[in-house]
Amino acid sequence: MRAAVRLAAWVYAIAIYGFIFLPVVVLVLFSLQATSFPIPPFTGPSLRWYQAVLSDARLTSALANSLLVAVLSSLASVTLGFLSAWGFARFVLPGSAILRGLITLPLTVSYLIIGMGLLVLFNWAGVPKSLLAAGIGHVVINLPLCFAIIYSQMGDHQINIERAARDLGAAEWKVLLMITVPVMAPAIFAGFFLSMTFSWDEFVISFLLTRFETTLPVEIWNLLRSGLNPKTNAVGSLVFAVSIFMVVFFELTLLRRKPA
Amino acid sequence: MSAPLVDIRNVSHRFGQLSVLKNVSLAIEPGSYTILLGPSGSGKTTLLSILGGFVTPSEGKVFIRGADCTAVPPAKRPTTTVFQDYALFPHMSVGGNVGFGLRMQGVDGAARAAKARDALTLVGLAAAFDKKPHQLSGGQRQRVALARALVIEPAVLLLDEPLGALDLKLRRQMQDELKAIQKRVGTAFIHVTHDQEEAMALADLCVVMNDGRIEDEGSPERVYARPATRFSATFMGESTILAGTVTEARNGTVTAMTAVGPISLPGASPAGAKVALAIRPEHIALGEAKGDIALGTAKVGDVVFQGSFKRVLATSTQDTALQFIAKAPASATIQAGDTISVSCNAQDIILLAD
Repeated sequence: MRAAVRLAAWVYAIAIYGFIFLPVVVLVLFSLQATSFPIPPFTGPSLRWYQAVLSDARLTSALANSLLVAVLSSLASVTLGFLSAWGFARFVLPGSAILRGLITLPLTVSYLIIGMGLLVLFNWAGVPKSLLAAGIGHVVINLPLCFAIIYSQMGDHQINIERAARDLGAAEWKVLLMITVPVMAPAIFAGFFLSMTFSWDEFVISFLLTRFETTLPVEIWNLLRSGLNPKTNAVGSLVFAVSIFMVVFFELTLLRRKPA
Repeated sequence: MSAPLVDIRNVSHRFGQLSVLKNVSLAIEPGSYTILLGPSGSGKTTLLSILGGFVTPSEGKVFIRGADCTAVPPAKRPTTTVFQDYALFPHMSVGGNVGFGLRMQGVDGAARAAKARDALTLVGLAAAFDKKPHQLSGGQRQRVALARALVIEPAVLLLDEPLGALDLKLRRQMQDELKAIQKRVGTAFIHVTHDQEEAMALADLCVVMNDGRIEDEGSPERVYARPATRFSATFMGESTILAGTVTEARNGTVTAMTAVGPISLPGASPAGAKVALAIRPEHIALGEAKGDIALGTAKVGDVVFQGSFKRVLATSTQDTALQFIAKAPASATIQAGDTISVSCNAQDIILLAD
């Protein structure tokens, strides 16, 4: 009886993980296909489709655009998120709880709604569709995340450390740069890498807010319109690999703490 | 006479509705060691925060070296604070921590390192220069915090329960070192504590605080021997308190009616005044009448052996609300349950307004 339960648990676990990861495994596997169609039987392994991706100017420039948008929008998100977290943690503000709720609210709003709202707003304000517009969209979605991560790590035990710095003659901006930022570094890095991850494979907002120069997810979507081909698998695998890398980095920076 | 180094004038402070300091005035002389002693909630830490510039008082003024510092931010006033949790910068080395204040003053790297090393030598931690704070023990972190605060040569060093987080043995040892360091650098120290032993050992000026007011201030010897109020008689060391009413006052002698009978002692209180008579444990004599004033008999409740003496708690037979606290010699044969006579000498009784 117990053996049967254990067997059932194993089957269940394999089914769950299979359900989650099989599509990714299939994607990566057929990116190594030697022939022209990403369907069984597997004919590889071959790197010809990766070569095709890297020699495709549109894909490589989209990849560079994506990196640029991800890095700059994450820098902006983490800076603004840090400053707002510090403000909420260190000063008594009227309606603090409501304002904190408002700042994290975009986390619950669909990207489609945010994208459409920005599209209407930029249209009205005369901001053209561009990478900048998409970058601003990514700040809108990632700032609340950075704020939440950094605010959760900003405890009262750092207050005296900041006070000590002030007491020893540090101006406020020096306290922030020399004390608060280094002490909060794990949370700040975590926010940065999580923002990078989300910006990197974000599609809806980029799709709505860019036109000629665009980001990699939008370019992949363009590619998919002309049908399946192992090149899409290869570029998808690249996107996935970069995401994995950033998530691992995020985990390492947030979870690996120095002993106090 | 020169102006005091620190002059606190009529300072009051409220947190919302709660009044934590009530019209406090205090003058502190250069080079002195001042202890603010009081229970938690007495306002001593708030007073220290006001001196450090972390709190601006609701009313009153603070002068340091003659300059009005009431609203001057911590960075710009000649005080530094040693925080109770040390508040060392965890991402900097010990040398970086100690040199931080000098760095803020624009002192160059080499001079900074030299001064930081000197300060660490002063506190006996010269070898820790390159270590990180988390590699140090509690007592060592305490020393680093002290060196960090002293290196920029403040006019006043503020210490917020600096020994509170240390174990008893280390606390007594650090206490002696604090005093030695203070003597060597000559900076005025203002030290907050609730530990009366610490206060007696360290203070030049002992300030007893309770409920937002200064109850008593003076040398620890004076505060112990002649406390000004009933609170300081019970907080700075223990006392037996006899409540009484003055029946007669003439020629510098007061006679008060108490639960154990009339007691005459030197003093000046008007007839009819309610008074409290405080007697230190070492002045209470147990057994056959030794003192010139008999305090009736008492039933011994508890005898605690403390090494060099026995601490005796006894309840008066005349008034069960009256508890005698006495110090008996270690060789005394008193046991719980004994009924003994209690006495003392008139000049050892402290007359307090009740």
